Amino acid sequence: MRIICPNCGERDIREFYYRGSENDLDRPKLEDSLLNWHAFLHLRDNAAGEIRDLWYHEKGCNSWLIVTRNTITHDVISTELVNSEDEGLA
Amino acid sequence: MRITSKGFVNRDQEVTFLFDSKPYKGFVGDTVASALLANDVNLVGRSFKYHRPRGILGIGSEEPNALISVHKGGKIEPNIRATTQEIYEGLIATSQNSWPSLKFDALAINDILAPFFSAGFYYKTFMWPPRFWEALYEPIIRRAAGLGKLEAKPDVDNYDQNFAFCDLLIIGGGPSGLFSALLAGRAGLDVILVDENPKLGGRLLFENTIIDGNHCSDWIQNCLGELKSLENVRLLSRATVFGIYDQGTFGVLERISRHIPDSDSDTVLDCFWRIVASSSILASGAIERHIAFGNNDRPGIMMASALRGYLNHYGVAAGTSISIFGNNDDAFNTAYDLNSAGVEIAAYIDSRRDADIQGDFPIFRGAEVYDTGGRLGLEHICIRDDKGERKIQTDCLGVSGGWNPSIHLSCHTNAKPEWRNDIAAFTPKRQSISGLIVVGSANGHFTTSDCFQSACEAVNELLKSKGKKVRRKSYPLASDLEYNISPLWAVEGNKRAWLDFQNDVITKDIKQSVDENFRSVEHMKRYTTQGMATDQGKGSNVIAIALLADASGETIERTGTTTFRPPYTPIPIAAIGSSGRDKGFAPERLSTTHAASIKLAAPMIEAGLWYRPSYYPQIGENNWLQACNREVLYVRQSVGICDVSTLGKIEFHGKDAAKFLDFVYTNSFGSLAVGRVKYGLMLREDGFIMDDGTSARISENSYLMTTTTAAAGTVMRHLDFIHQAYCPKLHVRFVSVTEQWAQFSVSGPKSLDIISSVVDEPFNEKDWPFMSCGEVKVMGIKARLFRISFSGELGYELAIPSRFGGSLFDLLRLEAEQRGGGVYGMEAMNVLRLEKGFITHAEIDGRATAYDVGMQKMVSEKKDFIGNKMAQRPGLLDRNRERLVGLKTNGPQSTLTAGSLLYNTDDELLADNSQGHISSVAFSPIENCYIGLAFVKRGPERWGEKIKAVNLLTSTDSNCEICPPIFYDPDGEKFRA
Repeated sequence: MRIICPNCGERDIREFYYRGSENDLDRPKLEDSLLNWHAFLHLRDNAAGEIRDLWYHEKGCNSWLIVTRNTITHDVISTELVNSEDEGLA
Repeated sequence: MRITSKGFVNRDQEVTFLFDSKPYKGFVGDTVASALLANDVNLVGRSFKYHRPRGILGIGSEEPNALISVHKGGKIEPNIRATTQEIYEGLIATSQNSWPSLKFDALAINDILAPFFSAGFYYKTFMWPPRFWEALYEPIIRRAAGLGKLEAKPDVDNYDQNFAFCDLLIIGGGPSGLFSALLAGRAGLDVILVDENPKLGGRLLFENTIIDGNHCSDWIQNCLGELKSLENVRLLSRATVFGIYDQGTFGVLERISRHIPDSDSDTVLDCFWRIVASSSILASGAIERHIAFGNNDRPGIMMASALRGYLNHYGVAAGTSISIFGNNDDAFNTAYDLNSAGVEIAAYIDSRRDADIQGDFPIFRGAEVYDTGGRLGLEHICIRDDKGERKIQTDCLGVSGGWNPSIHLSCHTNAKPEWRNDIAAFTPKRQSISGLIVVGSANGHFTTSDCFQSACEAVNELLKSKGKKVRRKSYPLASDLEYNISPLWAVEGNKRAWLDFQNDVITKDIKQSVDENFRSVEHMKRYTTQGMATDQGKGSNVIAIALLADASGETIERTGTTTFRPPYTPIPIAAIGSSGRDKGFAPERLSTTHAASIKLAAPMIEAGLWYRPSYYPQIGENNWLQACNREVLYVRQSVGICDVSTLGKIEFHGKDAAKFLDFVYTNSFGSLAVGRVKYGLMLREDGFIMDDGTSARISENSYLMTTTTAAAGTVMRHLDFIHQAYCPKLHVRFVSVTEQWAQFSVSGPKSLDIISSVVDEPFNEKDWPFMSCGEVKVMGIKARLFRISFSGELGYELAIPSRFGGSLFDLLRLEAEQRGGGVYGMEAMNVLRLEKGFITHAEIDGRATAYDVGMQKMVSEKKDFIGNKMAQRPGLLDRNRERLVGLKTNGPQSTLTAGSLLYNTDDELLADNSQGHISSVAFSPIENCYIGLAFVKRGPERWGEKIKAVNLLTSTDSNCEICPPIFYDPDGEKFRA
């Protein structure tokens, strides 16, 4: 499997670390119920078809990516940076 | 028998090889199979189940019968197909599956007992009595099982791996593949062509086809000449594309030195390639199939196309009086070529009444072979036609049941093929694999001209899709005629008729499978073992499917095929695992003191990718514990030096650095003063501890974090995620500086002396209180000093740019030795930290919370940070949880083992009664007994209680006392001093 890193181009899967569903991006607020937090941490869809997952280009640019791929066809459809609006550089 | 005028083997170069210890002669260019046939040897093995004598059936990698072992000792390799193994001087080949000899095989008794060994025999017979399975059945079956034998010796051969990328991968170097390469190469595409045979040309190597007026061998020569002149075309022969994977990835095995004499050198035997190509052309050709008739497995019965190939390419006639039995036009070519070469044709038997064939040899139309005879080889065949039955003397029979396109690779990503009635074969579904086009006979084009045409169309389609200019369609014209076939799968008769030669599956087995309701093709396969041998049923599966369809009243189309999976042909695991042998490319991280530690004879132990000294032995010491105890006392009594450079060091910069650390750590770092250090605890989002370590505030907007050596990568990944996913707007940047700084712990009552002596400026102890940090100079070099302690003694850590690490270590060691101290390793460091109750990843193993390790006070209630919410789950704050305590034994004789379970003294040793476990242990020279850290239910409430530590692995136990997890200087007077 190969992933097109927005910074580095097409790279072999062995350069990447897999984390899991993009759900992890929607972190609840501290005051949200434990039930919400439980859902955020533990509940995942197991979709047949397109899924969006978090990958880390650990042996490359250290960017966290959202990779869209299809679990039926195994197509890797698109890749985007988790942090597309980093204002820290300003 | 060699035919003088035919073939392409090099008759000037004779070679001698051994088959079953007997020397045979052949020529350079021969395979074991062709050379044995030239020596009139056709008995080459015994079948798996019935131990029937078996001969050479085919001419390529699809061969099911002629399996041999080559080499001997640690280099022995079983199940090599004699049809693909090239001979060389001194090659040692051995037949398989026979004992005591090929001609007299004791287990041939199985053939006589065959009625008892029908399909499903094992399932039905070895069921009861149940206790017989382990004692009797399994050992017997295991002894008889398996094709070939492995030596239980290490494989001494070398293997390698390679990666390649191209625009177009062409699989197969026959007419279709070569012509595709030519057209794509001329158009400028970056092309790799892979072919499994030693010579490129595919089926044309075995034929006398005329192409554009010349013999096909001329066309091959011209084509290869041009391909070799093109820089953008790479040709890979003796290489098999064994699997197709996602995103245009191809697994390839290249046999590099299997055809040259064994030299014990560094030569690589096989190379495992991963080739990535956006487009590919499958030109894998077709495989001729057999016909099931009575006793169709005798040595001397071969595929008709193989007979022709041995004649045309190797100059070998496989018999002196040859018969042919076929159901299609192609079979006739064999009779024609043999007859032209002066070989006697005993009979030509065509199952079709209307077969349009002419020849000056006996021809039987509308006839069938229904039985054969001969003990270790064919002596006669029995045929029947309208006029009745007759016996014909013949020593070789060529059979052709038609051709099966080699569709295997096109189905590797789960596509199913389509059935075509006109050619009675399965062909690949179009676009079964993205980017792959199937051409030539692999796609059912069974004449050379059609192969050229399909290749031309495929390349044009490809060029068009890549936006390249497409040339006018033109391709060579070949002489071969139309291919007509009338399906014939099995001939009626009462004798056993073989389908799968390797696994001894006969036609009756298929019927029995259906009778017992294993009707699905996948069930039939597993019930009968059809197609489950090393040839994966390449020649036999389609016949079996046709017979299954017939027996179950289905069409072939609806019956379908079983699942095709890689590898296409067997491949050595050693080749795939070549990069994993020994250390391979696994990185080793060595600190700046590595050489010095080795010189001091320190055994090095792994910590993540790093190597760290275990202890520094001295003359007179008999074991590691003596060295460890001595090193502990250095620190406790004078001073010890330890390299701590391997700890992860991450530097943070930016005006929001403090905010970021506050979000990452459970405790507050924004309030930390510049020039101060603090211990920090980091949780995972689920509330359990991820890592701990100290962080220093270097300046208003910069911090230096330390992590556990082996957790540095995990922490970096965690920090990057938090930053990029949750707070990208914070003005903070961080980077690992682990390798930029060498850092040394200087610990013990005399550490102040050493620090005062090595820093350039006068050192005022009062300016460096406990948990302070700042910049100093050592011999003019900027260094960082931290007043921190992992040993419980007065201690400092001195960091210096890595290039000075080795020198500083030598200097500190000298200073320490002059004061009665010295260097210490990991063992001593472990004792020191255990005596102080400092935790490591033995304690924070992913199951421990801040509450469990007694650090609940470090968990802020005022701020949001990673893990805060979930750490508050009631279950994680339950006082019955297993929580951190200390343990000590009653004197040095009573030992402890990490991992032991803890039980109340009177409880039975049941899982439910376990009170917890021991996470770390050490012998404490200060306490003069074994001490440990442990997790015990309601631990902190049980100080003073006795508890039993049980090691179920060594069946030992010891009594110990629960105590606070701190054994030395509980109030920290020493390190604060």
